[in-house]
Amino acid sequence: MLSLILIVTASFFFTGIIIRTKSILSGRKGPGIFQPMKDIRRLLRKGSVYSETSGFVFKLAPTVYFASVVMAMLFIPFGNQPGLFSFEGDFVFFAYVLALGKFFSIIGALDTGSSFEGMGASREALYSLLAEPAFFLLMGSFALLTGQTSFADIFGTLHFTSQISYAIGALASLVLLAIALIENSRMPLDDPKTHLELTMVHEVMILDNSGFDLGMILQATNLKFAMYGALVANMFLTRGYEIYYSIPIFIGVQFLFALIIGVLESFWARFRMNHNPQFILMITSIALFIFLGVLLMLGKIV
Amino acid sequence: MLPFVLLIFIPLVAAFALLFSGEKYKALIAAGGMLLSASVSSFLALQALQGNGFEFIYNGGQVFGNIRLAVDPLAAWFILLMNFTVLTAVFYGRSYMQAYHGMKTNLNLHWISFLINHSAMLGIYMVQNSLAFLVVWEVMAISAFLLVIFEHWKIETLKAGINYLIQSHVSIVFLMIGFLWVAGTKNTYDFSAVTAYSRHASPAAGILLFIIFFIGFGIKAGFVPFHTWLPYAHPAAPAHISGMMSGVIIKTGIYGIMRVILLENTNFLIIGTIVLVISLFSGLYGVMLAIVQHNLKRLLAYHSIENIGIIGMGIGLGAIGVGIGNPFLAFAGFAGGLLHVLNHSLFKSLLFYGSGNIYQAIHTLNIDGMGGLIKQMPRTAILFLIAALAICGLPPFNGFVSEFLIYLGLFEAIHTGQFEFTALIILSTLGLVLIGGLAILCFTKAFGIIFLGAARIEYKHHPAEAEPGKLIPMVAVVALIAAIGLFPQFFIGFLRLPVQQFTGDVFVSGTHLTVSSTIQNLTWATWGFILLVAVIWFVRKRLTASSSVVTGPTWGCGYQTSDARLQYTASSFVRNYRKLVEPVLSIKKHKSVITGIVPEKGHSSTHVYDLLESALIDHPIRRIKAFIGKFNFLQNGSVQFYVLYGVIFIFIIIAFPLLVDAVVFLFELVKQL
Repeated sequence: MLSLILIVTASFFFTGIIIRTKSILSGRKGPGIFQPMKDIRRLLRKGSVYSETSGFVFKLAPTVYFASVVMAMLFIPFGNQPGLFSFEGDFVFFAYVLALGKFFSIIGALDTGSSFEGMGASREALYSLLAEPAFFLLMGSFALLTGQTSFADIFGTLHFTSQISYAIGALASLVLLAIALIENSRMPLDDPKTHLELTMVHEVMILDNSGFDLGMILQATNLKFAMYGALVANMFLTRGYEIYYSIPIFIGVQFLFALIIGVLESFWARFRMNHNPQFILMITSIALFIFLGVLLMLGKIV
Repeated sequence: MLPFVLLIFIPLVAAFALLFSGEKYKALIAAGGMLLSASVSSFLALQALQGNGFEFIYNGGQVFGNIRLAVDPLAAWFILLMNFTVLTAVFYGRSYMQAYHGMKTNLNLHWISFLINHSAMLGIYMVQNSLAFLVVWEVMAISAFLLVIFEHWKIETLKAGINYLIQSHVSIVFLMIGFLWVAGTKNTYDFSAVTAYSRHASPAAGILLFIIFFIGFGIKAGFVPFHTWLPYAHPAAPAHISGMMSGVIIKTGIYGIMRVILLENTNFLIIGTIVLVISLFSGLYGVMLAIVQHNLKRLLAYHSIENIGIIGMGIGLGAIGVGIGNPFLAFAGFAGGLLHVLNHSLFKSLLFYGSGNIYQAIHTLNIDGMGGLIKQMPRTAILFLIAALAICGLPPFNGFVSEFLIYLGLFEAIHTGQFEFTALIILSTLGLVLIGGLAILCFTKAFGIIFLGAARIEYKHHPAEAEPGKLIPMVAVVALIAAIGLFPQFFIGFLRLPVQQFTGDVFVSGTHLTVSSTIQNLTWATWGFILLVAVIWFVRKRLTASSSVVTGPTWGCGYQTSDARLQYTASSFVRNYRKLVEPVLSIKKHKSVITGIVPEKGHSSTHVYDLLESALIDHPIRRIKAFIGKFNFLQNGSVQFYVLYGVIFIFIIIAFPLLVDAVVFLFELVKQL
């Protein structure tokens, strides 16, 4: 329950911090930290415009997408406290329920019959499928390292074997950061601030969404960020999981996570579309490194 | 005794009755016959799943020896799932075949083959005698061939059918070699001879025997590289036959492989590894090719290969689990594989029925020529969507449950064994993850392009929703899909005995409990998710009740004259993917470049061909043809020459012994010298 509250709270600040970092680094005054949340609140109150081409799939899609992110969030533990749902192999459910949300957001985009949205859907489908193996490789390595197969058990036993697990945690955060960037279509793959639809991924997929639905989709992005941030935070908790350490660590990690994304977005340029798969496959190879590291730790290879 | 007699007589009586009945009643009589024999066999199967196996020995005379007929839990599971899909197929087919009214002989043949096919499959699951098994296997192959070539006036259909027939017989040759090898050493055709043989045979011989059987059954199941008949036969057959073929006929191959593993009862680790590696390859190769297909049924056919791969992964893991004595892995693997057999038979038949609805509405299967069908066929669209979600293995549907079990097995297996083994397991995990991701790409394409957006070309026939006769069997399938998704434990409970047949002593009932409690938690999560969607949907409805809703054209990014032809097509949707895999698959693209200022007509088309097919089937056949072609001069068409060949032949027959004698005489002469 604690992790749920923390993630939801963090999601309110996350995008704000990213935007604030970017405006400071580019020397602009920029909007306040709460501007993204104000935008979402405004959207939730607005009316909607629907295309004549679209039908119930388009209306249902944002709901399922949002629900899938919330559901995934319920699986995130906080140290040794399991999430609302926790069972062996729960990260499989986590990944698949996110995939269900993705499935619906893709068919929602195709429902409009717009060539632009088809383009965005096509890209998002490909990129998220290429990113999946990295996540499973990561969780597989942790399962191998700890001998456990659920989020809570893995994070509950991670730091009892050896301090090297913190090093692996650092590499793993890199992978999770990249996955978060891919899942939320951020900078090196997709520029959320671009004005040219042809170069967009996620933004062009939701061109036709408006009002409440758009608000839900945007909040889902915030939640997703905070969710991956929480996964990273879980890797750096102290051995005793005392709340008075854990909560500051969580807040610090989330803040740092947002800060790093802001800095990256300020200094990185977007890749050419056809270089994106290479970038994503690179993430998988970093995850493969982690796997080899774990094998070394366990003495399976010399 | 009585049940087996019934199972033979019911289809015979039904076949005769439908021969002499009016056209309207033929399908009904066939359906009735199948319903009866399905009830009898399901009764036997249910008994067997509760531990009351059934056995009966029939004396087959001098040639066959004793033919043992038995229903054990493994066969029972296959019989139950086969009966369900066959019944939905026959009821769907009743409605589907109304489009072909007036073809009396054809319909007679079709429904009688259907009846025979059902009985033959029952025979495959029950017969425990290799010679009798080969007979029912052949009967099934031929009756399936007759079912496939219903539209035999189309040359493509006939070609696909013959391709299937030939490959089926290659399969039978391998099975014959395997069975005769064993029968030759043990002097009996009973299945127990395989067990007796492999108990004393060297591991190498045992594995070779398994590989021979695996090729034989693998051709039927559609494992890569024995899959090439499948993408031709499925599109050629009528929709209900494609559904039944993909749903249950190819599963007889899976049954065969499982039966052989059970009979050999040794070398589990090596056999499991072989099956796992081939399955991994099949799964990936199937889905990779499925994505780039333009023909809906062909796409679904390649997906069958993918799903056979997933099933095989489960079986492979299970066998490895037995081999290394890990009961959890054994249970998760076999249960996952067996449950996926059921799951695949459900959603794949449903998808094929859906494709049948589409085909009879717009008379094309080319995905790029479709679009916006959800408006005219909303019910078919929803059923298709559920099947698509299920086949992608997404919660809360049934596909997820079986894939989840296989994942559980994989994450259990990762802790055991040395580096090589761990590497294989992590590769399998990645393979399964990629298969899942690619399936999502494939089915967002299929569902999105077929049903959503606007029609890409003007339909020649105005599409209309399928009639209830087609929809009701589909709803029955969806009900079972949802039931497995929502109450997985109930179905996994049935798998305890079939899995126990494999695991034997290794099995600890505690394993079943561990898995069961995990699945219980999974069920809670699934229900929780459905509740969550419902709550959010309700909240959304309440909060937006008072806000304004405006309808307008799709936002064209400022472009005013948007047109349905501007939409993304299936080919463009997977273009990025195609670019990525081009080096691995054989994709040919033809396009004419538009030059000059004045617009002119241009075109672009892509053709996908199966690289393995060209390497393993086309190329050798070309070589054989080229070699045989050298003797073409012999067939010159003049009768005199043919008479001469006859005379030469007779001369050689007579002269040969003399010639041999002469040679022997010469040798003797040389020796004496």
